[in-house]
Amino acid sequence: MAPRKPSVMRPARDVAVVAFGQTDHLRTTDELSEVEMLMPVLHQVLAATGLRTSDIGFTCSGSCDYLAGRAFSFTMALDGVGAWPPISESHVEMDGAWALYEAWVKLQTGEADTALVYSYGKSSPGSVRDVLTRQLDPYYLAPLWPDSVALAALQAQALIDAGETDEPALAGVARRSRADATANSHAQLSGSVAQGEYVVRPLRTGDCPPVGDGAAAVILVAGERARDLCERPAWIRGIDHRVEAHGLGVRDLTDSPSTRLAAERAGVFERPVDTAELHAPFTSQEIVLRKALRIGDDVTVNPSGGALAANPMMAAGLIRIGEAAARIHRGASHRAVAHATSGPCLQQNLVALLEGDAR
Amino acid sequence: MGKEPVAVVGIGQTKHVAARRDVSIAGLVREAAQRALRDAELTWADIDAVVIGKAPDFFEGVMMPELYLADALGAVGKPMLRVHTAGSVGGSTALVAANLVAGRVHGTVLTLAFEKQSESNAMWGLSLPIPFQQPLLAGAGGFFAPHVRAYMRRTGAPETVGSLVAYKDRRNALKNPYAHLHEHDITLEKVQASPMLWDPIRYSETCPSSDGACAMVLTDRAGAARSPRPPAWMHGGAMRSEPTLFAGKDFVSPQAGKDCAADVYRQAGIAEPRREIDAVEMYVPFSWYEPMWLENLGFAAEGEGWKLTESGVTELDGDLPVNMSGGVLSTNPIGASGMIRFAEAALQVRGQAGEHQVEGARRALGHAYGGGAQFFSMWLVGAAPPAT
Repeated sequence: MAPRKPSVMRPARDVAVVAFGQTDHLRTTDELSEVEMLMPVLHQVLAATGLRTSDIGFTCSGSCDYLAGRAFSFTMALDGVGAWPPISESHVEMDGAWALYEAWVKLQTGEADTALVYSYGKSSPGSVRDVLTRQLDPYYLAPLWPDSVALAALQAQALIDAGETDEPALAGVARRSRADATANSHAQLSGSVAQGEYVVRPLRTGDCPPVGDGAAAVILVAGERARDLCERPAWIRGIDHRVEAHGLGVRDLTDSPSTRLAAERAGVFERPVDTAELHAPFTSQEIVLRKALRIGDDVTVNPSGGALAANPMMAAGLIRIGEAAARIHRGASHRAVAHATSGPCLQQNLVALLEGDAR
Repeated sequence: MGKEPVAVVGIGQTKHVAARRDVSIAGLVREAAQRALRDAELTWADIDAVVIGKAPDFFEGVMMPELYLADALGAVGKPMLRVHTAGSVGGSTALVAANLVAGRVHGTVLTLAFEKQSESNAMWGLSLPIPFQQPLLAGAGGFFAPHVRAYMRRTGAPETVGSLVAYKDRRNALKNPYAHLHEHDITLEKVQASPMLWDPIRYSETCPSSDGACAMVLTDRAGAARSPRPPAWMHGGAMRSEPTLFAGKDFVSPQAGKDCAADVYRQAGIAEPRREIDAVEMYVPFSWYEPMWLENLGFAAEGEGWKLTESGVTELDGDLPVNMSGGVLSTNPIGASGMIRFAEAALQVRGQAGEHQVEGARRALGHAYGGGAQFFSMWLVGAAPPAT
């Protein structure tokens, strides 16, 4: 992949994450519709800021029809938002991290000063491994039904073959993530989780994310007003995302050049970060992302437990930004990098750089 | 610091047809994108980001197809966003791309929308499982027909107005080489004799199912200065959404549509749309939506839209031409239909609409809507740069 313009992008407007909310992530939520799952989270972020729906300048959401099993699934969620009088609103068929990006762009134009971003996904109604095969090249690849774990296993094996990791190291990533998740009341898997049997060699159950349902929401505010709504806003100093080729055969699976390029554009490498929330659903993917983002051992990685503790499709990336922001809100971090991914084997990656005010 | 002005410097469409069996989905989108690049005399390397839209993934049976399409659209190594706002998506996608330029995040952006309906069956794609929706809605026409009836009852419009729109749009399509339906033997009598599908909507008053893609290259002031052909300048753009189902909703003239148009006119400094706008590409999937949207968009007083249509004002040589390209009634690759409206509006003010050009068009409106008349996106483009 030819790198393009690796210069740091300087946003025209300061925009901050001022509130973040998420559901408890659960293996099944049969008793809840998507809207019912989402509503408490929306109310949570609005309550945290004292804003009402009518105060929001722009609303953007992320979700996926294929998880819901029906076309236009997001339209019902909009009814739940309370879009009356009519609102300025948009939707991406992507993880909510990209909905946040669209909202951030909208705030850059000056057409809005506040934004509500939300995303949700229920994996429980179907077999998510099967469902995800439908996002592959429909003519050559999807007919073979290679599932998401099998593709991740190819990546993991490539890393092992390249000498970049081994199975005990991967087990260590899983152990650390799930131990950290004990401090995260929303996590689906935490504590001492057995590494288990092979699912697809070299990945064991412990190397794979839990399948579950969940939702998340974030409020963005531009300029000084952020300080009125949040004691310590998490300023988005840079945000960028890049996509790679779809075909696994033309990619080096041991590296993530799109993550590196996005991080360069976002200004991540200008100064050290103290925290990284990485959307690495498989243990092996954390190895790839650490390298691309040049994350050393002195950086706190996925203190929330990351996607190995809870991976609600379409929300897990937005949750990484939310978790990093919440850490800044609490004063536990000053400069954090948050990452979201989409597509097989880290095909598409978003990187956001968040900072708290200097103290 | 104001927004960066946004210019349309490249436009490309495929020839829309019922089934493009000669190309894959990737081949289809690439064709439109390459035509847009050729129009702008740019290469893939000049593009900083790609914004792609389409209607539900179930229409082709591919989940998040932008991942697979990244290679075909030259997006590798670039940012790629995928927008989905139901039928309004083609318009919303263009607006998201425009925001990237207006917010000075990127200089030159490729935006594209498509639908390859022949890959699957849109009727099934829209037939939702019963717990989610009433079982009696037979496709989109079944949803919208009662609202057309409500319009007729409310305004006293005669039964013939719908067929006039269809007859006009299908004749306009004959002048547009990219339009799907080219009915050379069309007559008003044929439209009126076509079978009744969802009373009062007849077969010839409905949109076809098309395969097709539409692409545009959007750029900043510096990019526009390098443009080999006259750019279309964006003077205003907005999206509005309202709930699908609630007691206060006016399905005949949704508030979100009115608010969206008002926002666009405010940005563009337009006080009297009927007088100040030269041409309109509006989203009319069923013929009766032309008079309905004429009112919703402020071109006619409430209850008067059908009179404009009936008197020939919206004909290609009328005082306010509507759907010069033949509109959605002649071409409907669903996810692309909104972007085609936006692109055709831009073609008009660039003076490049060929046989369906409105003489001297200086300002044109592109309009799209989706869901249960729930999502709206519009832009107004002009031949001159916006006053800033």
